[in-house]
Amino acid sequence: MLLSLLYIFIFPGILFLSVYGLALEYLDRKLYARFQNRVGPPWFQPFADFMKLMGKEGIIPTHADKTMFKVLPSFAVAAVSVVILYLPIWGTNSLYSFDGDLIVVLYLLTIPTITFFIAGWSSNSLYATIGAVRTITQLFAYEVPLFMSLLGPAILANSWSVSGIAAFYSNNPLMALANIPGFIVAIIAIQGKLERSPFDIPDAETEIVAGPFTEYSGRFLAFFRMAIDIEMIVVASLVAAVFLPFWSTSIGLGIVIYLVKTVFIVFILALIRALMARIRIEQMVNFCWKFLAPLAILQILIDIIIKVLL
Amino acid sequence: MLSLVFPSLFKKPATVLYPFVKPEVVANFRGKLKFDQSKCIGCKICMRDCPSEAIEIFRISETEKIFKAVVRLDRCLYCGQCTDSCPKDALEMTKEFALAHFNRESLRVDI
Amino acid sequence: MSKRVIIPLGPQHPALKEPESFTLYLEGERVAASNVTLGYNHRGIEKACEERSYIQCLYLLERVCGICSHSHTTAFITAAEEVAQLEIPKRAKYIRTLIGELERVHSHLLWVGVAAHEIGFDTLFMYSWRDREVVMDILAMLTGNRVQYSINTLGGVRRDVSDSQKEEILKAIDILEERTKYYIDVVTTETTMMGRLKNVGGLTHEIATKLNALGPLARASGVDRDIRRDDPYLVYDEIPFNVITNDGCDVFGRVVVRALELIESYRIIRYVVKNMPDGDLTVKAPRKLPANEATVRYEAPRGEDLHYVRGNGTEKPERVKLRAPTMANLASISYMLDGGYLADVPIVIAAIDPCFSCTDRAISIKQIDSGREGTLEWNNLRTYSIEWYKNHGFDAHKIKLSR
Repeated sequence: MLLSLLYIFIFPGILFLSVYGLALEYLDRKLYARFQNRVGPPWFQPFADFMKLMGKEGIIPTHADKTMFKVLPSFAVAAVSVVILYLPIWGTNSLYSFDGDLIVVLYLLTIPTITFFIAGWSSNSLYATIGAVRTITQLFAYEVPLFMSLLGPAILANSWSVSGIAAFYSNNPLMALANIPGFIVAIIAIQGKLERSPFDIPDAETEIVAGPFTEYSGRFLAFFRMAIDIEMIVVASLVAAVFLPFWSTSIGLGIVIYLVKTVFIVFILALIRALMARIRIEQMVNFCWKFLAPLAILQILIDIIIKVLL
Repeated sequence: MLSLVFPSLFKKPATVLYPFVKPEVVANFRGKLKFDQSKCIGCKICMRDCPSEAIEIFRISETEKIFKAVVRLDRCLYCGQCTDSCPKDALEMTKEFALAHFNRESLRVDI
Repeated sequence: MSKRVIIPLGPQHPALKEPESFTLYLEGERVAASNVTLGYNHRGIEKACEERSYIQCLYLLERVCGICSHSHTTAFITAAEEVAQLEIPKRAKYIRTLIGELERVHSHLLWVGVAAHEIGFDTLFMYSWRDREVVMDILAMLTGNRVQYSINTLGGVRRDVSDSQKEEILKAIDILEERTKYYIDVVTTETTMMGRLKNVGGLTHEIATKLNALGPLARASGVDRDIRRDDPYLVYDEIPFNVITNDGCDVFGRVVVRALELIESYRIIRYVVKNMPDGDLTVKAPRKLPANEATVRYEAPRGEDLHYVRGNGTEKPERVKLRAPTMANLASISYMLDGGYLADVPIVIAAIDPCFSCTDRAISIKQIDSGREGTLEWNNLRTYSIEWYKNHGFDAHKIKLSR
């Protein structure tokens, strides 16, 4: 009982997620700055931003929905925090795994995007409405390729649970090489899920001010930003668990390997963010359906063929 | 673009870390004014030509031709027209640029 | 889904560097109609010029805009010298041309960064502004300040260019030319940028001539118009250079025109530095200019800049009128925005290189309840405001009006 409480609140629960989320945000911003030949923020900057936003007054516009305004940020943080219980951190076993938890993880990851949509819609402001509609349109674009790219390795590993997939690939590391197209699709799709350049269309600063978060301020905005940070950890852990096959049985070395893998994925995401311009929403939908989805289908075919051959 | 972006990670940033590192200003920088009392003859051409009425010349002695100059740093444009117009080269511009103060009155200085 | 939503873009918006109001009528993500309202940057500069001597007007007109400052002062002072019938020395003309072309390089590098920021490509923004520092250091070395150079005076220029400074200029131009060629390469091959810039903001050749587009905006639609070649001023009749035009008629064409103009400017700067003649820097100019009038056109980085000066025998001008190039380019914005996407609005506005500080000359006042629009004469506005303050308990009648 005590151990469960320790897991939920300290590691890998809320405390670990908050601290590691802020650390990854610092890493991302520092890498982005160094790619642009700038200095970048100091290590405590994301923590300082969070404390500053918590201390400010949260203004709710008159015509916005008050209950929704207050509830949605906590809802987003709660949904992404639960996902970590089903992802392996050290070793190949997650805390509470059962057969089929891959589907639960993907379902829980859709919830933050829906909360952004409802947040923008219920703010009753012009820019927020446009941002909300763009968030949902973007969800239609990247969600299906993301699901399909995670489906391929699951078929090859013969398991519907994330821990089971991780265990299979850690026992047969060479099979992970067959998943490289799926890895590429997953990296691009999570760049869309996290709403970062070139897919930061809902949050296009020069067009619609701040998208769905235009009317948010104070502690509501602080929690939304914390939700986005935790989403980065969770999504990077998911991709690391399914596609990158190195594990260890001892706890200390396992945690170090986990940290190295997530930092590697964040490095790739920061590099993509620095290299590209923002594209338009209809170009994104075009790209995802005409290029990413066929590549994911190809990945599924490769995995089915390899499974039949063995 | 990748060939330029990736190596930037290992190069020194292009930022000057002011105020921990003082920047070098050029040789003929237009900073705060400096006044040479021995050369001034009190013709007040500088006052006439100043675009923003920033400089004032006062006579401080009844018997001799000695003048003092008071410049308002918040009005001065640092254009250097007074320096060019002065027939006796009594004014020159220095390299001082960190001139902010907390209240307006302390920006009216003797030079 | 044909219900129209009215989105105000401005006056304060992250896409605009200066306040200006664009009202967009959207249907989904497409812009169905648009409306432009000016006037937020009006500062009464033309009126203020009438109360200052010609030398003081020079510094006032320099602060009309931060980037085209040298264009405004050179045009004004050339008009004033034509009024006084002065002939300035050859070396002064060469130095004015050198600073003018360095300002054009500065302005185009700044524009590349701003356009990249508008489409979300912050990396190119940071790189091009890092290279802009090279130009600003050269300008600071020559003139003493990074913007607002004040190198002109009535009758010539105020500072000289020494031989060691010429070496520095040539070295800096070599660095910049290599980096500019790299940026041209990036812009023409990067897929996401091409997707955002091609076939966006179309302006055909006929419409560009009809709506009086100027500068790189017109040259990107194939209109072959450049004041440096058509009506040469300073020393442009001696320098060999090409006028860059492009038949793209879209934002991508405008980017190409400005990038190639940068290369041309480097060539002009090298010619000017190598062939500068010796001589005086100024001629003696009178304080009181005769009763005469003159009009001068100057090719600013944004287009054709027009200045009109009329003297009346005193040391203050009687009337100064300036028409900045953005004023003429604004008519094309409404045409280019209609039918495009909302996501293209910032880049289309940025592609005409707007400088709203140069533009605003008059303001139109709308009454809040009835929505009536009108124009108030300046004297009537002053009387109206004095009456209004008197009714609120503050007597403004005794305030002296002079500067």
